[in-house]
Amino acid sequence: MTTKNRDVLQSLWDFFCSLKLTMFLLITLAITSIIGTIIPQGAPPPEYVAQISATKLQVYKTLGFFDMYHSWWFILLLYLLTVNLVACSIKRLPHILKIITHPTTTLSSGQEQSIANVASIKSSEQPEALKDRISSFLKSEFAQPVITEVDGAWHLFAQKSPWCRLAVYIVHLSVIVIFIGAMIGSLFGYKGYVSIPEGETITKIGLRSGQELDLGFGIRCEQFSVSTYPNGAPKEFKSILTVLENGKPVPDYTNARVIVNDPLQYKGITFYQSSYGDAGTHFFTMTDTEGKNSVPVTVPGTDSVALPDGSSMHVTQATDDVSAFAPGLSGPAAQVEVHSTSGATDSFVVYANHPELNVSYAKQHGSKLVMHYKGAQKKMYTGLQVAKDPGVWVVWLGCFLMVIGVYVAFFMSHRRVWVRIQNGHITVAGNSSKNQAAFQPVFQQLVDKLTTDLTKEKTR
Amino acid sequence: MTSSLLFNITTFAYLISMLLFFVFLASRAKALGTAAISVAYGGLVAQTIAIGLRWKESYDLGVGHAPLSNLYESVVFFSWTIVLIYALLDIRYKYRVIGAFVMPFALLGMAWAQLGLNTGIEPLVPALQSNWLLYHVITCFLGYAAFAVACGISIMYLIRANHDESSQKAGEASLISMFPPTRVLDDLNYRAIMVGFPLLTLGIITGAAWANYAWGTYWSWDPKETWSLIVWFVYAAFLHARFTRGWVGRRAAWLSIIGFAATIFCYLGVNLFLSGLHSYGGGK
Repeated sequence: MTTKNRDVLQSLWDFFCSLKLTMFLLITLAITSIIGTIIPQGAPPPEYVAQISATKLQVYKTLGFFDMYHSWWFILLLYLLTVNLVACSIKRLPHILKIITHPTTTLSSGQEQSIANVASIKSSEQPEALKDRISSFLKSEFAQPVITEVDGAWHLFAQKSPWCRLAVYIVHLSVIVIFIGAMIGSLFGYKGYVSIPEGETITKIGLRSGQELDLGFGIRCEQFSVSTYPNGAPKEFKSILTVLENGKPVPDYTNARVIVNDPLQYKGITFYQSSYGDAGTHFFTMTDTEGKNSVPVTVPGTDSVALPDGSSMHVTQATDDVSAFAPGLSGPAAQVEVHSTSGATDSFVVYANHPELNVSYAKQHGSKLVMHYKGAQKKMYTGLQVAKDPGVWVVWLGCFLMVIGVYVAFFMSHRRVWVRIQNGHITVAGNSSKNQAAFQPVFQQLVDKLTTDLTKEKTR
Repeated sequence: MTSSLLFNITTFAYLISMLLFFVFLASRAKALGTAAISVAYGGLVAQTIAIGLRWKESYDLGVGHAPLSNLYESVVFFSWTIVLIYALLDIRYKYRVIGAFVMPFALLGMAWAQLGLNTGIEPLVPALQSNWLLYHVITCFLGYAAFAVACGISIMYLIRANHDESSQKAGEASLISMFPPTRVLDDLNYRAIMVGFPLLTLGIITGAAWANYAWGTYWSWDPKETWSLIVWFVYAAFLHARFTRGWVGRRAAWLSIIGFAATIFCYLGVNLFLSGLHSYGGGK
């Protein structure tokens, strides 16, 4: 390798190791993330497209603003952050590991100058005896010391929780673990949706990618119900589901209750209560204005059906008791929408107990056909979100590491105490990897206690 | 005694406390500082009882749930956490004067909640019927509160730093000399964020866990989720700034203020201006 190449590599390495890059990436990620919260994500709705100019639309599309969090440049920023934190960790880790595994066990006078907390005590006792007494003092009051003799001086070194220096790297690692979990999820998992009418069974679901997926087993919706609070607000959306293997109910998964916040899990696939709707069948008859020549019309759920005169109709809303909507009236009623052959749309209410209203409506609108409502066979469908994510446990592991790492990094510190016994002088020095302000009184207390201990022994 | 009355007493106590802090700043009479903090503590106690009482009242109405379910309840809780974090900071570090820059946030929250928001106890919609609600809301708001306190401290830092620069020439003494020195403010700012950041992290994680449990997706780039991540990025930047040359001092203080602005947008702005999964606020 030429020196020039090495220089390029070195500067590249320095670039990725720099905290300035970290600052740039964190702030850039923060600012760019705002875009996706303002511009709608996914296929832009027509109302939005109408709002903005064609050039703007093109620019947004090119920059991937409609799927911003998966755009190449956003992913690139996340990759750069990953490389940055790996590089920073690699650069600093050996030094940290050395501090942990090969601590400085002696206190040199040079080191003494640079340490924040230093105290000295005088004693005329024998160095040998002093060494043993201070050693047992440190053991009971702080931590087990390491004792070394250098040039006739005794050095004692004791430390607490040196490993907490690694916490920052645990946090960095946790970010990578979370990314790995997310990748596993996107490679081997899926998200989908299925709607099941009451009493029916499905074996396939539609995925978000537009494909269809065969579950390999069946899900039958036994029942769906909504309960409400006295004020009418929804209280519970509940599906009763049965899992079928080869058409037969699976014992532990028969009539399983699924509500919002309480999904059903089977073979690593989870079913979440997500929506619901009317899948019932509505019955109508068409008569002439005299009420004769009755023709039955059956409208399933929200589907559209063709009428004898070539127009089509569907039910938009139906009720068992219309009195809540129209005081004075009673019985079932349905709101229907009729699309005539000429393209006109007509929306009106058809009653079961009030044929005269149906007739007068037809007369007013010059129609020869009168529609009557005969009620409905009730049926609901349940809408279930379906998800499989084998990476989710890796993500939780990452989150766990992050919480532990952040806690240790902020609230614990590596504390070290050195003691040197030389020529009747006891020098005590102490240092904390962070939060010196909190360590200072601890150190002072330790020194005070040692001083009293030593003098007490002497006077005895 | 109803929770509603106690919440009014709380609001009044925070108002008195804030005014006392202002007079304390101007007069430098130590007794006023003690009075200010005592009134704040009194308000905190009243508010704690009120929140407990509201919890009980919801059970009396037959719709029992923790009082964390709508905008009113969350604003009240936010205000409570701000005073709580400030109280902890005061007990530990005894820089009383910070109250003058923190109590306004608590008062603003309570006044808005009591005067401008619908205070009715409502039943819990299906989406919120989960124990995760408690863990998620408590961690998030304690985090937000720590950031509010850090923001107050950062404002003090900037005022003090500007004052120090100009007074070196003028040599005047003013009420700003009551402020702790910039070194201390910088340290307190860091300490408040040191409390807030792990709590925000926990808040995001509990939110993700809840989303995964209820919808099968721990992260869907919903505006609320994204903004919480934006806040997390800003404070992560703040924490790294301390080790970066050129980012300490003023810039760090600004990061803390920007972080709190992002926090407030995450909490309120997303609901008022953007659409998403967190339904409180907005139309209500």
